[in-house]
Amino acid sequence: MSMATATAQPVERVNYLNKEYGVWSWLLTTDHKRIALLYLLSITFFFFIGGFFALMIRLELLTPAGDLVQADTYNKLFTMHGMVMIFFFLIPSIPAVLGNFLVPMMIGAKDLAFPRVNLLSWYLYIIGAIMMLHCMLTGGVDTGWTFYTPFSTAFTNTKIVEAGLAIFIAGFSSILTGLNFIVTIHRMRAPGMTWSRLPLFIWAHYATSIIQILGTPVVAITIVLVAVERTLHLGIFDPKLGGDPLLFQHLFWFYSHPAVYIMILPSMGIVSEIIACFARKRIFGYSFVAISSISIAVFGFLVWAHHMFVAGISVYAALVFSLLSYSVAVPSAVKVFNWTATLYKGSIRYDAPMLYAFGFLGLFTIGGLTGLFLACLGIDVHVTDTYFVVAHFHYIMVGGALMGYLGGMHFWWPKISGKLYPEGWARLAALIVFIGFNLTFFPQFILGYVGMPRRYYQYPQEFQVLNVLSTAGATVLGVGYLLPMIYFLWSMRYGKPAPDNPWNAAGLEWKTPSPPTTYNFEEEPVVTWEAYNYDEIDAAHKEEVPVAG
Amino acid sequence: MAAVHSEAHGETHNPALLHHFATEEQQRDASSFGMWIFLATEVMFFGGLFCAYLIYRRWYFGDFAAASKSIDAFLGGTNTAVLICSSLTVVLAIWAAQTARRALMIIMLLLTMLFGLAFLGIKAVEYKQKFDEHHVPGASFSFEHESIPGHPDQYANPRHAQIFFALYFVMTGLHALHMIVGLGIFAWLLWMAWKGRFTPEYHTPLEIGGLYWHFVDIVWIYLFPLLYLIDRHP
Amino acid sequence: MSAHSKSSPLTTYFAVWGALLVGTFLTYEAAKIDLGVFNAAVALTIATTKALLVALFFMHLKGASEKLLKLVVISTVFFLLILLALSMADYGTRLWS
Repeated sequence: MSMATATAQPVERVNYLNKEYGVWSWLLTTDHKRIALLYLLSITFFFFIGGFFALMIRLELLTPAGDLVQADTYNKLFTMHGMVMIFFFLIPSIPAVLGNFLVPMMIGAKDLAFPRVNLLSWYLYIIGAIMMLHCMLTGGVDTGWTFYTPFSTAFTNTKIVEAGLAIFIAGFSSILTGLNFIVTIHRMRAPGMTWSRLPLFIWAHYATSIIQILGTPVVAITIVLVAVERTLHLGIFDPKLGGDPLLFQHLFWFYSHPAVYIMILPSMGIVSEIIACFARKRIFGYSFVAISSISIAVFGFLVWAHHMFVAGISVYAALVFSLLSYSVAVPSAVKVFNWTATLYKGSIRYDAPMLYAFGFLGLFTIGGLTGLFLACLGIDVHVTDTYFVVAHFHYIMVGGALMGYLGGMHFWWPKISGKLYPEGWARLAALIVFIGFNLTFFPQFILGYVGMPRRYYQYPQEFQVLNVLSTAGATVLGVGYLLPMIYFLWSMRYGKPAPDNPWNAAGLEWKTPSPPTTYNFEEEPVVTWEAYNYDEIDAAHKEEVPVAG
Repeated sequence: MAAVHSEAHGETHNPALLHHFATEEQQRDASSFGMWIFLATEVMFFGGLFCAYLIYRRWYFGDFAAASKSIDAFLGGTNTAVLICSSLTVVLAIWAAQTARRALMIIMLLLTMLFGLAFLGIKAVEYKQKFDEHHVPGASFSFEHESIPGHPDQYANPRHAQIFFALYFVMTGLHALHMIVGLGIFAWLLWMAWKGRFTPEYHTPLEIGGLYWHFVDIVWIYLFPLLYLIDRHP
Repeated sequence: MSAHSKSSPLTTYFAVWGALLVGTFLTYEAAKIDLGVFNAAVALTIATTKALLVALFFMHLKGASEKLLKLVVISTVFFLLILLALSMADYGTRLWS
C-alpha cells in the first residue's frame, strides 16, 4: 500500500495494489492477486463468525449442566460452527487466497487461464455466503453440518433448503477454482517449467483441484436431492417409501471425505515451501512428495464409508473401507518422513513461518495417527461420535491446515503486501497458537476416550475439569489468532518495505517485485534450474543474511 | 471466450486473443480443456443420481420394472433419435465454420435448436401423461394394481414405484434443465454466427458449445435404456 | 500441444450418426427379448458403444493428439465407477451376515 508522506519519497512504483483505486477496480478486477485479497477479506470474516460459534460452544461446555443455551440452540451452534468453518473458511482458504495469488506466479504466467471465471468464483462464494448469513440470522440449521436424513428431510423444521442452497452455490465456487488451476497448471507454464521443476505447492494445488472437480458435484446433487425431498416430497431417502437414509450418507461422504483432503493438501504444499526455505535445502524425495499428493487425492476417494462404520452398513463393506483407510495414511506419512529428512543437516532458521511448519509437523502427525485409531473397527465402535473424533479432526484441520495457512500468510506476506511483518510478535503469536491449540484439543482426546459424546451440551460432573481446560485453551488460541490480524494490518501502514526476496527463497514468485505488478513478469521467464536450488542460491548470496522485520 | 478485446500495444493479433495468453493456440487449447473438465464435473453430478438409481433398481427390481413399463418407450426412443440428429447438426455446423460456409453453419445451428425444442416438447407430452396417470410423486400419487412384468399374479409395491418416479422426474428433469441451458448457449452462438464472428481460424465458442451439447446427448443415451427399458418383455 | 481441431470427413459424421440410430433401434428391440439378467448388460453395452462413438468422433476425442483429454475422461469414469462399485459393496453384502 502506498502512503504519501510529507517527506520526499521516491516515485511510488506501480504495482497491482496501486495501479487503480476505487471500489469498482476491485469488484470488477480480473487480476488473480486482487481476487486473492477479496477472498482473504471474505474468509477472514467467516473465520470470525465460525469462531464466534466455537466460543459459544466452549462457554456452554464450561459447566456440566446445559445452562447457557437451550438444547435446540446448542444444536444450531455446533451445526453453524461446522458449516461455516468447513464450507466458508477452510475449503476456500488456502486455494482461493494463496493459491490464487501464487499459482500463476510460481509457474511464470501472467494470470490464471480463466481470469473472469476466477472473479465469478468469488462472486459465487459471496452469494453463497450471504445466503448462509441470512439463513443463520433467521433461524439457522440444527442437523449438524452433516445433514443426515431422515432428520434433515422429514423431521427438522429449520432452514435446510436455504443452507443447502448456500453450500451448493459455494460449491460451484470451489469447482471453478479447481478447474482454473488444472487448466492453468497444464497449459500456462513458462518455457522450461517442466513438471519435475514445479514447486510442491503447485503439485499440492493440482491434487486439490482434482478432488474439487470430481467430489464437489456429488455433494451438490445430494443437496439437490435433500431439497427436492423437503420441498416436493419426492422421497428418495424416506424409509416410509422404502428409501434408505444411509444412501444419503454414502453420497454425502463420497464428497465430504475427499473434502478433508481439499483442506489439508494445500497446507502440505505450503509446508514443503517453508521447510525447504528455512532449512536451505531441496525437499528430500521431491518426486515422492509430489506423487504422494496425487496419491492422497486418489486414495481419498476410496475411504468414505469409514464415517459410517456404526451406521448400519454391511460388516464386509466396513472391512473393505477399514483396510482402504489404513492405506490412505501411507502417502501422508511419506510426506512427513520426507520433510523430516529435509531438516536433517539443514541450516535451520526459526522465523515465524518455520515455527508454524514445525507446529504442523507435530500436530498433523498426531491428528493423522489418531485417524488410524479410528480406522480400526474395534476402536471406532467405542469412540465414534465422541470427543475423540472431534479432537482428531481438529488436530488435522486446525493443528494442520490452519497452521499451514498461517505459516504461508507469514511467508508470503512481504510479497503480497510489500511490507515486512514484525518478526518478534509473529514468533510470540505462533507460540501462543501452539500452546492454546494443544490446551484446547488434547483434553478432548481424553474426554472422548472416557466416553463424552460429541454434540451434547451437558455432560457428567466428572468431565468438567477437562472441559474447563479445553475452554481455557480456546481463549488462549483466540488471542493467538487475533495477534496476526492486528500486526498484519499494522504492517500495511507502518511495516518496513519488503525487498523482492526477503527470505532468499527459491521460486519464480520471488523474482517479481514486492508487491508484484499486475502482469507479474516483465518478460516471460525461461526456467533452466531445478526446484529448490538452495545450494545455488546460497552460493550466490554468501554474504547476505535474510532480512527479518 | 470471444470477448472483443483491443490492446494498445504494438502487436497485431486477433482481437479475440486475451492478454494473458501467449498464442491463439494456447487460448484455444485452454478453453477446450476447461470445457472438458467442466464436463467431468457434470458426469459426477449426474453420477450421484445414477448411483441412487442403480441401488434402488437392484433392491426393488420388480417394482421398478412395472413402473418403467408405464412410461412411453416409443416417445423416449424418438427423443433419443432427436438428440442424435441434433448432435449431427452440431458437428456439421462446426464443419461449416471450418470451411467458411456461413449459411450452412447458421442453418445447422438453427436445426440443432429446433431438435432441442422438439426434445423438450416430447418431454412435456410425457410429463403430462404421467401427471394424468397420477404417477407424479406426492399426495395424489397412485400406482395400484399394476402387475410386475413376468409375474402377472404379483402387484408392484406403490411405495417403491414412487421412488422410481421420483428418480425419473429428478433425472429427466435435471437433464431437461441442461437442455434448456444448452438452448440458451446455442441461441448465443447463433447470434454470434449471424454477426459473422466465426471464421475458419476462430470458432472456439462453437467447439466448446458443441462439447456441452454432445455431453447432454450422452447423458440421455444412458437415461433412455435405464429408465424406459428395464423390462419390456411382452 | 494439440493441433487445430481436424475436421473429420463428412462420411465419418454421417456413418456415426447412422450407427447411433441403429444402436437406438437395437436397444429398443433387445429390451423386448427375454435375456434374463443379461438384458441390462446388453442395454448398457449398446449405450456405452453409442457414448464412445459420440465422444470419439463428434467430440473429437479420437483426433486429440495429446493423451491429456483421454486421461480426463478415463479418470472421471474411473471415479464414477468407484462411487457405484463401493456403494454396491455395502448394498450387495448387507444381507450376508
